[in-house]
Amino acid sequence: MATDALKDLADYIMENLDDSIASYDFFKGELSLNGNRENIVRILNFLRDDKECTFRVLVDICGADYPDRASGVGRFDVVYNLLSLRHNQRVRVKITTDEETPVPSVVDIFSSAGWYEREVWDMYGVMFAGNPDLRRILSDYGFEGHPQRKDFPLTGYVEVRYDDELKRVVYEPVKLSQDFRQFDALSPWEAMTDVQLPGDKKGAIPPHGWKRAKGG
Amino acid sequence: MSTERKDIDIVEETQIKPYTMNFGPQHPAAHGVLRLVLEMEGEIVQRADPHIGLLHRGTEKLIEHKTYTQAMPYFDRLDYVCPLNQEHAFVLATEKLLGISVPKRGQYIRVLFAELSRVINHIFNITTFALDVGAVTPALWGFEEREKGMEFCERACGARLHANYFRTGGVSQDLPAGLLDDMAQWVEELPKFLADLETLLTDNRVFKQRTVDIGIVSKDQALNWGFVGPMLRASGVVWDLRKNQPYDSYEDFDFDIPVGKTGDCYARYLVRMAEIYESLKIMKQAIEKMPDGPSRVNDYKVAPPPRGEMKSSMEAMIHHFKLYSEGFHVPAGETYTAVEAPKGEFGVYLVSDGTNKPYRCRIRAPGFAHLQALDFMSKGHQLADTVAIIGSLDIVFGEIDR
Repeated sequence: MATDALKDLADYIMENLDDSIASYDFFKGELSLNGNRENIVRILNFLRDDKECTFRVLVDICGADYPDRASGVGRFDVVYNLLSLRHNQRVRVKITTDEETPVPSVVDIFSSAGWYEREVWDMYGVMFAGNPDLRRILSDYGFEGHPQRKDFPLTGYVEVRYDDELKRVVYEPVKLSQDFRQFDALSPWEAMTDVQLPGDKKGAIPPHGWKRAKGG
Repeated sequence: MSTERKDIDIVEETQIKPYTMNFGPQHPAAHGVLRLVLEMEGEIVQRADPHIGLLHRGTEKLIEHKTYTQAMPYFDRLDYVCPLNQEHAFVLATEKLLGISVPKRGQYIRVLFAELSRVINHIFNITTFALDVGAVTPALWGFEEREKGMEFCERACGARLHANYFRTGGVSQDLPAGLLDDMAQWVEELPKFLADLETLLTDNRVFKQRTVDIGIVSKDQALNWGFVGPMLRASGVVWDLRKNQPYDSYEDFDFDIPVGKTGDCYARYLVRMAEIYESLKIMKQAIEKMPDGPSRVNDYKVAPPPRGEMKSSMEAMIHHFKLYSEGFHVPAGETYTAVEAPKGEFGVYLVSDGTNKPYRCRIRAPGFAHLQALDFMSKGHQLADTVAIIGSLDIVFGEIDR
């Protein structure tokens, strides 16, 4: 895809939505806009209807959890992936939110948003104001918690089995017959990068500070 | 006499109330574990509410706890009808973040097997779709051909279904001797089977009665509901990622994009049928033009060294050990990379934090968007038509529930 065209597009979007979009990034030829949560409806409306954009397809909405973020910035990202068939371009809009702050729903702009928002609610507990049907979607009926948060254990909290005496399925706390093993094979003497490795508390901070990994 | 009279009065006064009906989760026409709650007025569907997640395994969460190499087999288990196309999306995303390019032979092998997967998938979908609307023979015939296709996967990598064949930087092993010749022969022979299949379905009166004008989706609706792949093309939109945003070496191949006109179940069948022929065209070209050379990158930080070298070279052995314990580090960054899977756009949104495990791996499954649209597609249709619509959506619960 032509990166120049995407750069022009980014400038154009910034001109028209400067109050709604804080900044934009280019990475590997992909355009990513950092939007304001309150204006997400306006942003997507503009991206869909403007002649220069025509992002008619909402390909995906997904969440991502960054619990280590500084307070004040929400821990969750909500990522909207859009596709324009006419210009053969993709754009990504990212907004941040936390457990309490609802995100305005975009169901009225893209019908496909309905289930995607349900999934983000189910997996991360991000609320969407205005979604007419914000039920859980993938997890079990009566499930508690939001499994894709980073602080949710991989094994979960309850396990299910069929009880032959009660003639029904019963829920019990997870019992692991062997210890849960999480191998961390990251070597602390990795010489190739000066990226801070998770859990490497002893590592001396390089004089120029931690770097992003090389390559790319 | 008087009682009979009374009965008739009751019938006249009774209004048919809308009632709810449970379809699935154990139903042969539900294509897996779909629980569909239908609000019916008589035989007419008023509202369809799919309850999904019965096959939810937490793939995205599991991948966050695995290295990039270990994450690969999970992609086979998403859409288990066409495993290789999904591996393709993940390896492309990883390679994009790593900034490596795959040797030409590796790319051609991946294209060849991605198209083989597509043929297998479409044969499966068309025949089971026909089974849903009452034709048993296509499924019996189709599975035989499907099995032949899967045997090629087995010969290339040892597994029929859950192949784990595509790896970051290429494929896990080069093709065995003679495989290309046998595949070329199969590609030549398959159109005869397809012609037979078409005589059973394309002009079949019953099949057409069950599918024509059922579940019509207009262009605008298709875009609005996030349709991609054959579903979008059946509604008359010319869009194929293999052409529009070519990945690996798709730009080297000459093929056409079949497009439907009517957007109904029959158009979706026709588009898939035509796509098989196009895929065979690509396979044929890939076999003919298959370049020589290595099938994976020569970078031992990403791809393992050859077995022979490991026996004699200390460095190669260390590389192998490091690669299969620690894995490789992927530079921090994020990408959304999509491929044209047989069911539509299969995308991976990969966030790396510079370690050996993905920080976030979002899987964008085409079936998820398609099933969501079932409500509006089946509204006003009869119950039996809902079955036809589900069949034409080409849904597999491995990828929808993830």
